[in-house]
Amino acid sequence: MTVTADSQHAGPAGPGAVGPDGSASGRLRRPSHLDQLEAHAVFVMREVAAECERPVLLFSGGKDSAVLLRLAEKAFRPARFPFPVMHVDTGHNFPEVLAFRDRRVAELGEDLIVASVQESIDRGRVADPGPDGSRNRLQSVTLLDAIAEHRFDACIGGARRDEDKARAKERVLSFRDGFGQWDPRNQRPELWQLYHGRVRPGEHLRAFPLSDWTELDVWQYVERERIELPSIYFAHRREVVRRDGMLLATSDWVRPGPGEAVEKLEVRFRTVGDATCTGAVRSAASTVAEIIAETAASRVSERGATRADDRVSETSMEDRKREGYF
Amino acid sequence: MATAVAGPDDPDVPGGPDDPDVPGGPGQPDVRGGQGVAADAGLLRFAAVGSVDDGKSTLIGRLLHDTKQLFDDQIQALSSASRRRGVDGVDLSFVTDGLRAEREQGITIDVAYRYAATPRRKFVIADCPGHVQYTRNMATGASTADLAVVVVDVTGGLREQTRRHCCIATLLGVRSWIVAANKMDLAGWGQSAFDAVAGDVAELARRLGASPPLVVPVSALDGDNVVEPSDRAPWYQGPTVLQALQDAPSGTWAAGTGNGARLPVQWVLRRPGGGRDYAGMVSGGVLRPGDEVVVLPGGGRTVVAAVSTFDGPLDAAVPPMSVTVTLADDLDVSRGDLIAPVAGAPEPREEVEATICWFAEAPLAAGQRYQVKHTTRVAPVRVVSVRSRLDVGSMTLTEAPELRTNDIGVARLHSAVPLAADAYPANRVTGSFVLIDEATHATVAAGLVGLPPVTAGTGSPAAAPVGELRP
Repeated sequence: MTVTADSQHAGPAGPGAVGPDGSASGRLRRPSHLDQLEAHAVFVMREVAAECERPVLLFSGGKDSAVLLRLAEKAFRPARFPFPVMHVDTGHNFPEVLAFRDRRVAELGEDLIVASVQESIDRGRVADPGPDGSRNRLQSVTLLDAIAEHRFDACIGGARRDEDKARAKERVLSFRDGFGQWDPRNQRPELWQLYHGRVRPGEHLRAFPLSDWTELDVWQYVERERIELPSIYFAHRREVVRRDGMLLATSDWVRPGPGEAVEKLEVRFRTVGDATCTGAVRSAASTVAEIIAETAASRVSERGATRADDRVSETSMEDRKREGYF
Repeated sequence: MATAVAGPDDPDVPGGPDDPDVPGGPGQPDVRGGQGVAADAGLLRFAAVGSVDDGKSTLIGRLLHDTKQLFDDQIQALSSASRRRGVDGVDLSFVTDGLRAEREQGITIDVAYRYAATPRRKFVIADCPGHVQYTRNMATGASTADLAVVVVDVTGGLREQTRRHCCIATLLGVRSWIVAANKMDLAGWGQSAFDAVAGDVAELARRLGASPPLVVPVSALDGDNVVEPSDRAPWYQGPTVLQALQDAPSGTWAAGTGNGARLPVQWVLRRPGGGRDYAGMVSGGVLRPGDEVVVLPGGGRTVVAAVSTFDGPLDAAVPPMSVTVTLADDLDVSRGDLIAPVAGAPEPREEVEATICWFAEAPLAAGQRYQVKHTTRVAPVRVVSVRSRLDVGSMTLTEAPELRTNDIGVARLHSAVPLAADAYPANRVTGSFVLIDEATHATVAAGLVGLPPVTAGTGSPAAAPVGELRP
């Protein structure tokens, strides 16, 4: 809270830090844009916790959900979180991300629910797309089943409006009907910050505390708060294949096809998702400060660079969201 | 750092700093490509408002394009989407009209939020729909704005829907407007068309009590006077839309602090060693340890013992910070209560007279029941009476027994729990509420505590600023 425009690279203030008023002179300091984004996100989390009966926080192990966990600490400590943490696990994970997930949740002492796409396949809820197929879209079924099983009425997630043109249209508290569908043509009005969380049984909300954050804001916040992230966000050497204009990391689920050469390149990931559709970018940025500089200068959007799932059609995200996708 | 400048087809991204389009070179405007690391000169939240087809989305698309906020892959996607619909080049309205139905119909259905950064400041942009049937979405976008960019097609003049948007924006406290007199290319860049719109807008602003607006002659389609100054209107000496946005004051929406500190209690935090703290967002004034406060509506008095966050204690907290307050005495405090300084605290009232923007299909009429959400409180309310309806054309209030979809009017409500409300112009947080349908949970109205300052009856124009309380 005490970070100023001149000291954005300083760490978080510890206990006993000077308040936001420049004390001695008695002059009040205007909260920085990161302060404002943080304050709003904390406000949203507390509103959801207070208004909804059974919320859950969705945690993928990615940078946005790592920020959500820090914001939950800011909203609810010293008490425990008033909701469990849930990972929708496609089974196609980067091992570094799973290790990070388990370590982070253990450090926080919170409850983790894992909703497994593999179980959805095993139970015949969805068809197995095969060993090399993307399970990204299948997540929607697993997520909706988990929401029904646990009777969740709100899912707090790290989606941001700057990620995609359909997300740019979405409310902070976004209503889902009894089938988990988003109706972009008939959203609830959302005036001021009067978020209301009322739904009928079977309906639920998606809550997006990071709605107004950009990719750059997230990285600046990661720096300011010294938030730990999975190592794959930082430059490292990795075996990749070029496919559909993307660099995919080789793994049990991504194997080189005919004519595809395996290259060992210095890369990092800008987003973390299902390993079969999340591309790496070439980069030598190995620190948060280097990533901030690189992000600020990038000419390619975060998802445009890295997500095959958005390339299917002009309105891929809208179509998936209508079905209940996060 | 990656060094190669990559196109959207190339996986070797992100691109490097040597992009020839990134400013710094001669002749480049004062903008920055990509996401830019903006100086923290104050976040400006603005909403693009105005009638359908006057060019709001195209203007926002132009602004984002010319300030290099669009990524290469996004431009490529826009260009192929435009081609599919028979548009040569890039249809800039597609930057914000991202839904399938919006692109099919060439209209905006719901607000799109976009983010921009220049070296001077950061912007949160709400591109609002112009159609009457989506007025509720326009109000959504305007409710958190500091400033309105009013887009007017100079070939069509000031339409009723533009007047409605300006009225709603001003009611919501957005009194600072930049007017884009758009489609000047279609008017042959003639000064008379511009002057007619500028005169009408100035008169509207005067009657609504908004600040005298800057009017800029622009062509969003060609890019004149949006980011790049234009030589097509030699008679215009003023700033471009971007320059005006960069110079506009920010944070007015959070600033409504007339009556002192306000902290609606959001969440009760139990301390491990016993005792309770009260979490909430500072919604007015300055909150400091030592402040003598009252907890409303109960009326218990105490002193603020500490103000803190997760990061430690604070000497003072200002809007819009989320903080935790420790009180000196053990009072009964729960979610929905308001902590305010003893001096200047609002008087809790069960009966509230308010200006209502009505969104539902079924009309608002006396006797109906709703849930009100006011700050962090939800309580049942009954409509005592609908008193009047605002005629947007003449800006007068006339008696009316009910309000219909998209009407603005005045109603009296009776709440089951006394509401600690300020008049809206004094505080946008404690002066606002929404009404919720008890069966469907739909949000059916936006409410502003107090009357619009137009005279009841017929024919008298507004004499005082909208939003000010009249006795």
